[in-house]
Amino acid sequence: MLEVKDVRTSFKTDRGLVKAVDGVSFTLERGETLGVVGESGCGKSVLSKTIMGLLPSNASRSGSIKFEGQEIGGPSIKHMRDFWGTQMSMVFQDPMTALNPVMKVGKQITESLRHHLDVSREFANETALQLLSSVGIPEPERRLKQYAFEMSGGMRQRVMIAIALACGPKMLFADEPTTALDVTVQAQILDLLEAQQAERFMAMILVTHDLGVVAGRADNIMVMYAGQSIEMAPTRTLFSQMRHPYTEALLKSIPKLNQASHTRLDAIGGRPPDLVNPPVGCRFAPRCPYAQAKCHQEAPPLMVHDTPGHEYACWFPVGTPQGAEALAKNQGSIGTAVGGQ
Amino acid sequence: MSEVAPMTEASPEPTQEEEEATKRGLGIAAWLAIGWLGCMVFLAVSASFLPLDDPINGSIRETPGVSYFTEGHIFGNDLLGRDTLARVVVGTSTSLSIAALSIGFGTLIGGFVGLVAGYVGGRIGTALSAMFDILLAFPPLLLALTLVSVLSPVTETDPPSRIKRMLVVALAVGLVSIPILARITRANALSWSQREFVMAAKSQGAKPFRIMLREVLPNVVPAMLSVALLGLASVIIVEGGLALFGLSINPPDPSWGNMVASQVDDLGETPHVWIVPSVFIFLSVMSLNLLGDVVRDKFAVREAAI
Repeated sequence: MLEVKDVRTSFKTDRGLVKAVDGVSFTLERGETLGVVGESGCGKSVLSKTIMGLLPSNASRSGSIKFEGQEIGGPSIKHMRDFWGTQMSMVFQDPMTALNPVMKVGKQITESLRHHLDVSREFANETALQLLSSVGIPEPERRLKQYAFEMSGGMRQRVMIAIALACGPKMLFADEPTTALDVTVQAQILDLLEAQQAERFMAMILVTHDLGVVAGRADNIMVMYAGQSIEMAPTRTLFSQMRHPYTEALLKSIPKLNQASHTRLDAIGGRPPDLVNPPVGCRFAPRCPYAQAKCHQEAPPLMVHDTPGHEYACWFPVGTPQGAEALAKNQGSIGTAVGGQ
Repeated sequence: MSEVAPMTEASPEPTQEEEEATKRGLGIAAWLAIGWLGCMVFLAVSASFLPLDDPINGSIRETPGVSYFTEGHIFGNDLLGRDTLARVVVGTSTSLSIAALSIGFGTLIGGFVGLVAGYVGGRIGTALSAMFDILLAFPPLLLALTLVSVLSPVTETDPPSRIKRMLVVALAVGLVSIPILARITRANALSWSQREFVMAAKSQGAKPFRIMLREVLPNVVPAMLSVALLGLASVIIVEGGLALFGLSINPPDPSWGNMVASQVDDLGETPHVWIVPSVFIFLSVMSLNLLGDVVRDKFAVREAAI
């Protein structure tokens, strides 16, 4: 249903052209969830905003985005308004700021209903009521008449989801929907998104920096680094046989229950590269424990290797003889290498 | 994970502000200001229904000439035997009408232009900002003076009517107030347009005009209101200034400004004739400034945004 091919987004800034998304391709079918994972500033939020066409005016995008066979990736975003709300919609990161502070919550839901579906006020109110109860808000009648500041963060995110679902979109972007929420509420919101997605048979792109969030929920996972997709695989495959050192490093940086207390977490040393002047060769090479001379000179292509559906871009993949050899070489030369256990 | 919990438990920002606002209340001064302005509005609206003496021709029954606080004329008469109370009440309706009309005009145009400039931004925004920067460069009183004398010159044969003169004065002063209101609206619209809920509305397919009116404007209104209240006060003063040059309402008709102006040559002889309207001007301007400040504090309108 969604076919993204070689999409690039760049921002004009005083420092130069920031290539926030640099050649990303994937496909997504109805009912599927794609998890997009990466650390801050790797272009995952920009990717979903690019597909939605919700970019600021100093951004330009190129590449092909096909939604149900229709090309929507052109430089103009005028026609995108026909898609917003009814075809695709978005749940934003911070429910504290994504609701209008001076408009009643009910009004914010019914507004897009009445605008897109041209229904009567009563019908819109009725639908809003159903939506609120379907996203698990108790006493929806009372809540409809409240303002955003009268609700908790989790409640607001539920309202945001209700608004996003109001016009029955075929595709939902969830841009780090739980980052601003309490951990105890995170799971509830994610479960809600998953349930609604299954019930409405929507396609969903779940953007997060937390591999744990997508682990049980996404069908496929795309790992992004410095604006590029560096590894993509069905969730199970990715976790069982990850090949890219960055994916491995991401997973290692999550605390585990069976670790002894006070165990140091394996952080990834350094920072993501400057997207104005990305490094030559593999972009992760400067931080990679496996990196060899070749990595600094030649960028590895993103391609399918041994398992079908599992593509990655690495010269010395994790869990292969080449990778093991490279790691051993690095550890031998600089003593205890970064990230190597 | 206990570090995370307090973040969500702490009440979100608007609630805190609200609580503070209700705690503080409006304060006695603000209520006095509202009371005074309420009286003024009542007088202005009902000026023609109240049992007052003729403010223009004076009462012929009585001896013409000045009198002080006598029975039936609590503020006395002026040299022509006209009741000061009647004149100041009719003057209230003139002065307040000019103030309301000009600020209404300024808010409507300035608000709209500022909203578009702030929301649309880009080249259009820059062009519009440049336009009101140019308007701001004119000395306001001089611009108003010029406009009034050009648009409604006083000739012996055809003196402009009270209504026409009022409209022209309001238009001239309103024009001066446009850039000020446009700037404050633009600054606020600009910052509200960056908020995520505007993008959320956009992602739901709302059209730019709708976003401007429904999402951005309601958030900008407090700032506009605060500036408009201060603007009303300025207009009352400017009307006085114009009156000194004989460019407010034409003399037989009273306004606060020209009642004071009529006495500038001879302040000592009949002080009550200028003191009464001056007190009205003073109290009204004070009240408006005070209320403007209250609104600004309540809604945390930042001075820097002006």
